[in-house]
Amino acid sequence: MAELKTDHIVLNMGPQHPSTHGVLRLEVVLDGEVVVDVIPHIGYLHRCFEKHAEAMTYPQVIPYTDRMDYLSSMYNNFGYVEAVERLMNIEVPERVKYIRVIMGEFQRIANHLVAIGTFGIDIGAFTPFLYCFRDRERILDLFEMTCGARLLYNYMWIGGLSHDLPPDFIPKAKEFLKDFKKSIKELNDLLSFNKIFIERTANIGILLPDTAINYGCSGPVLRGSGVKWDLRKNDPYSIYDRFDWEVVVGKGEMGTVGDCWDRYMVRVKEMEQSCRIIEQALDQIPDGDVTSAIPKRVKPPVGEIYFRVESPKGELGYHIISDGSPNPFRVKVRAPSFVNLQILPIISRGYLVADIVANLGSLDIVLGEIDR
Amino acid sequence: MTTQEILEIIKQKFPEEQFEIKTNIGGDILISPPKVLRDLCFFLRDDERLSFDSLMNLSGVDLADGEKKKLEDGTFEILGGHLATVYHLYSMKHNHKLTIKVLLPKENPVVPSVERVWRAADWHEREAYDMFGIIFEGHHNLKRILLPDDWDGYPLRKDYKVQEFYHGMKVPY
Amino acid sequence: MGILDKEFNESNIVITRFEDLMNWARLSSLWQMTFGLACCAIEMMATSASHYDFDRFGVIPRPSPRQADIIIISGTVTLKMALRIKRLYEQMPEPKYIISMGSCANCGGPYWNHGYHVLKGVDRIIPVDVYVPGCPPRPEALLEGLLKLQEKIRNQSLVKKAV
Repeated sequence: MAELKTDHIVLNMGPQHPSTHGVLRLEVVLDGEVVVDVIPHIGYLHRCFEKHAEAMTYPQVIPYTDRMDYLSSMYNNFGYVEAVERLMNIEVPERVKYIRVIMGEFQRIANHLVAIGTFGIDIGAFTPFLYCFRDRERILDLFEMTCGARLLYNYMWIGGLSHDLPPDFIPKAKEFLKDFKKSIKELNDLLSFNKIFIERTANIGILLPDTAINYGCSGPVLRGSGVKWDLRKNDPYSIYDRFDWEVVVGKGEMGTVGDCWDRYMVRVKEMEQSCRIIEQALDQIPDGDVTSAIPKRVKPPVGEIYFRVESPKGELGYHIISDGSPNPFRVKVRAPSFVNLQILPIISRGYLVADIVANLGSLDIVLGEIDR
Repeated sequence: MTTQEILEIIKQKFPEEQFEIKTNIGGDILISPPKVLRDLCFFLRDDERLSFDSLMNLSGVDLADGEKKKLEDGTFEILGGHLATVYHLYSMKHNHKLTIKVLLPKENPVVPSVERVWRAADWHEREAYDMFGIIFEGHHNLKRILLPDDWDGYPLRKDYKVQEFYHGMKVPY
Repeated sequence: MGILDKEFNESNIVITRFEDLMNWARLSSLWQMTFGLACCAIEMMATSASHYDFDRFGVIPRPSPRQADIIIISGTVTLKMALRIKRLYEQMPEPKYIISMGSCANCGGPYWNHGYHVLKGVDRIIPVDVYVPGCPPRPEALLEGLLKLQEKIRNQSLVKKAV
């Protein structure tokens, strides 16, 4: 047979595409149905966070941090205020520390619920999305009764919090945690161990641990590859060392270690661990004033700091440079999704075009954070 | 390992280069000359005692330490001075950190790329190029990443002036 | 048929104006283009999901602009994105409607001053029917915006104007 001359096809995916999780554009090079290369094009949501941070005072930056990773706003606040507090050497009251951890972990559950729900949609399962959003709404209700906002909270302030917990927060939170355990089981029956779902995600997009570390991956993406690495345990900040919980890693139960299913399962199991942390924190929370340590003027001394926290998506770092004035001289954000997205071409090459969507969903990116 | 101890190890390997340690609130900073940066980074990654296997963050900074010149329309321009790149390294094996800062003249901000040392640096370097105009020598694909390709200027420089129009759309409010 | 089942003795005739019938049909099934931009998109998703249920107003997400009736601009429009949005809008068939959701799409929102890469209001490139304020608007606010749009469609005239 005469040799067939074939050409690669370039397929454009996005910026308007239902499963790119926002305004991401992928340039996909295909050989038939096999992916040769994926080139992500980002910047369609570049909102100039770093320029704004230079023009605002330190407390005024907090609402802008909310809008970076809008699915885990609480944790963005958390990282920023902790970084500025370390720069200024402020010690916050015990109650504030506990409330921050409780809110942070609730935010982690809410974030993972969206990640799992939209991952389901990407694969073609619509129903789990509705179940996930049902539970997420209950967490948002808890946030709303505390600070009045559903999505972007501006709740954590430098040295304290904007509001104390309302009186019926703790019983409602406990009630939610009780119900949520059933929801996780429901989710596992509905999606995690669904035959079709496993076929679509197991052995797809395998990420090797060494590659993951060299590419700077963090969070569930890194842990899905079997690396036991969680900043809450390995580089502890706040009061995470007081609680009893475990770091979840991918084990390759359904396929190979580091495939899409592992990354997905890490998120499901992390929600259980977050529940454990919240339960302990709710039992131990001391009384006190949450606004007592808020400084009247925020004017850190000259210097710079790089501070990182384990946000739901991975390592969220703030590099803040202060020149002694009320405005930050420079704020650079090391966004976990920004770094994690770089891995997409590596884990997609050689798979089929339909697997790109599964790979992208398993990375759990948010464009607000990638583009800032 | 403290920055001072790390510097002792580095000095054995690079005896002729001038390194400096700057004390700082958030951890000491090692200031390195630009030209040895890539060799230094390979050494930091591969040496058994150091093994900095992950690059946490790479920031570009406009130090704005040049001469400030007022223009007629009320804005200003900075002549001379320095840009900088800051590297935050971490060793997952030994659990220690290192911050490296490289100062670059604003007229000719060229620094060797560390993309081949840690692949994580790829997009960080493109972002620093996009925002500050720092040229990373040896980077395989140094293009704008966040802003469109036909954008004017480098927005995070302190004397950046925004363009009036972009493709017929008014940019300032 | 639910509550209407076996309620009538014989098949009846309803007399109405053609305009009202057409408008009623159009406003009751507004297919929305699945298109999220930023933070507001999450609230838009929450509105379509179980708790707020956008479907009950006939709003069904449609991934293609060619089969969509409304586009909800949910979030910050950047200059890089603006030209694409204009193109998407041009691909939609007439009649088409736009809801601008959130402060960013209305006027630039918190990014109005220093946002060198933000379009200060989506109405600078495409015509907007309903503005929903808020940062981000609550799902109830988006529902209210949709009801306002339905009201607008209900009052539209299909009669050819005398020249």
